Amino acid sequence: MLHRQTISEKILSARSGRDASAGDIVICRVDHVIGTDASTPMAIDYFERMGGTRLFNPERVTFAFDHYAPPSPSGEAFHARVRAFVRKYGGTLLEVGEGISFQRAVESGKLLSGDLVVGADSHTVTCGALNVFAIGVGSSDLAVAMMTGEIWLKVPATIHITLAGNRAEGAGAKDVALALVKELGSTGASYRAIEFFDPLDQFAVDDRMVLCNLAVEMDAKAAIFPTDAATRRYLAVRANQYREACNADPGARYQREIVFDVSAVTPQIALPHAPDHVVPIAQAIGTPVQMVFIGTCTGGRVRDFREALEVLVRAGERIAPGVTVVLTPASREVEAILTRDGTLARFAAMGAVVTTPGCGACCGTGGVIPGDGMTVISTANRNFRGRMGNPNASIHLASPAACAAAAATGVIIDPTLLPAAY
Amino acid sequence: MPIQFDGRARRLGHDINTDYIIASARKKETLDGNVLKQYLLERIDPAFAASVRPGDIIVAGRNFGCGSAMEVAVTVIQAAGIVAVAAESFSRSFFRNAINNGLLAVECDTSTIVEGDQLAVTLDGATPAVRDLTRGGRWEGASLPPIMQEILGAGGLVPYIRRRGSLTGDTRRGATGSR
Ligand code: SF4
Repeated sequence: MLHRQTISEKILSARSGRDASAGDIVICRVDHVIGTDASTPMAIDYFERMGGTRLFNPERVTFAFDHYAPPSPSGEAFHARVRAFVRKYGGTLLEVGEGISFQRAVESGKLLSGDLVVGADSHTVTCGALNVFAIGVGSSDLAVAMMTGEIWLKVPATIHITLAGNRAEGAGAKDVALALVKELGSTGASYRAIEFFDPLDQFAVDDRMVLCNLAVEMDAKAAIFPTDAATRRYLAVRANQYREACNADPGARYQREIVFDVSAVTPQIALPHAPDHVVPIAQAIGTPVQMVFIGTCTGGRVRDFREALEVLVRAGERIAPGVTVVLTPASREVEAILTRDGTLARFAAMGAVVTTPGCGACCGTGGVIPGDGMTVISTANRNFRGRMGNPNASIHLASPAACAAAAATGVIIDPTLLPAAY
Repeated sequence: MPIQFDGRARRLGHDINTDYIIASARKKETLDGNVLKQYLLERIDPAFAASVRPGDIIVAGRNFGCGSAMEVAVTVIQAAGIVAVAAESFSRSFFRNAINNGLLAVECDTSTIVEGDQLAVTLDGATPAVRDLTRGGRWEGASLPPIMQEILGAGGLVPYIRRRGSLTGDTRRGATGSR
């Protein structure tokens, strides 16, 4: 008899073939394996040293060139290594410009409710927006998953978060996510899964991705949404296959239950140099910024750029002198949509730099690196000292709207304070 | 067989993320631990790398290895000659990567351990422990699940998988079965 299960217990039970509860160690069959140009070169090493001679299923293994896009000479060498591997063993290769690995997995329509996704990038957890158990691992676990289609996991206890109340005007998913990071802290979800619960209508799949993405900054092992109408809408135009929702059983056991009042969330900002160093943006108003970065797996999707443009339009559609604005779409699809609707052209006309889809300036491996003493505001998820490649720069994390408001004014400002459209 | 390492404590604080252990901007040039080790923990202390002696043991506070799951954060620590890490808690991805590479990671109270203390870090069966030989005191870590003991016992995930072919031991899935 199966007991009443959380989503995590359900997925890990199904994939391990046993009735698994929080705390159990299970060996699971993996549905999708994802590597990046940052993690795969090392994984190839492990794969070869482990005696790997083939991929467990080339159709289920994807490698993305996202961290080194466009690549430096050393990045080219990493890419060459991965290309040679794919030629020999198969697997799908997403070349430079295709976008961030797990963003592409979500867009692909191939992730189905109840899937188990293993990605060698900590933010793979983002896929949980589509009702899948997605976990970020290192290169050695990636190698084992590539080779055998297996991963061993400790079934996590789950934190049950109800997102209650209506979102306040001007507070986006990023603000809610930052407020949650503050509430739980950098270790608030260590070794645990977070499962989100109704009412979720006000959170589209893109919003859910933001919430799952920042769960990693609370050290969550996974973060998962149930399947509902929004999930089905998102997949309707992408998937050619459906699977029944993999939702929690009523009466499942949770390690902690939190009712988080979304209506009380105002625009938030994470101050340098920690993602949980979050305050209401009102407390940081007036800080001059020299660089604005809109992009990444947290804030580089279509609605993020549209939201940012809307704020800039309200402020006269110009960028303040002395501010460098860098835009990096999270994927080719995002770039294409924003090209078609003219969003990117309008940013470019304001003087913004639009770069190749991928991770861009997020972690200092590709893209623009801020100068000494520069203050940056970014839509990303991490602001550790040196994260963007220069330890002498300070990074603030905020919503796309707040980043756009800073681009328009040259200072950190609450985007809701900017004048309404002319 | 019990594992034991004796070495000098190298004291660090809370929330040491993997970017601080080795900056992404450094690893974009090379993944070679022998090159990268000169930048180990440079954000915390630029003089740290040069002061490491083989056999040193890192002692940290909460949430060691948080942030990126990059495995090079573990292999650089090993390349520098550090044999074990004790911390009040680890980020899960770092902990996994450590065990997978045969780096003993002990989760226990480290609050009274001081830089330079002589330590003995052990793993006897499922139980890891740290003893402070300078100041006295012994702390047991959370016990390791059997699979982690086996991986550590084998010397890491590479020899473990080489021997078994896969995690389940079903060789049809792994290396040997495909030949
Ligand atoms: S955008 Fe940044 S956080 Fe996201 S996968 Fe890329 S480097 Fe990691």
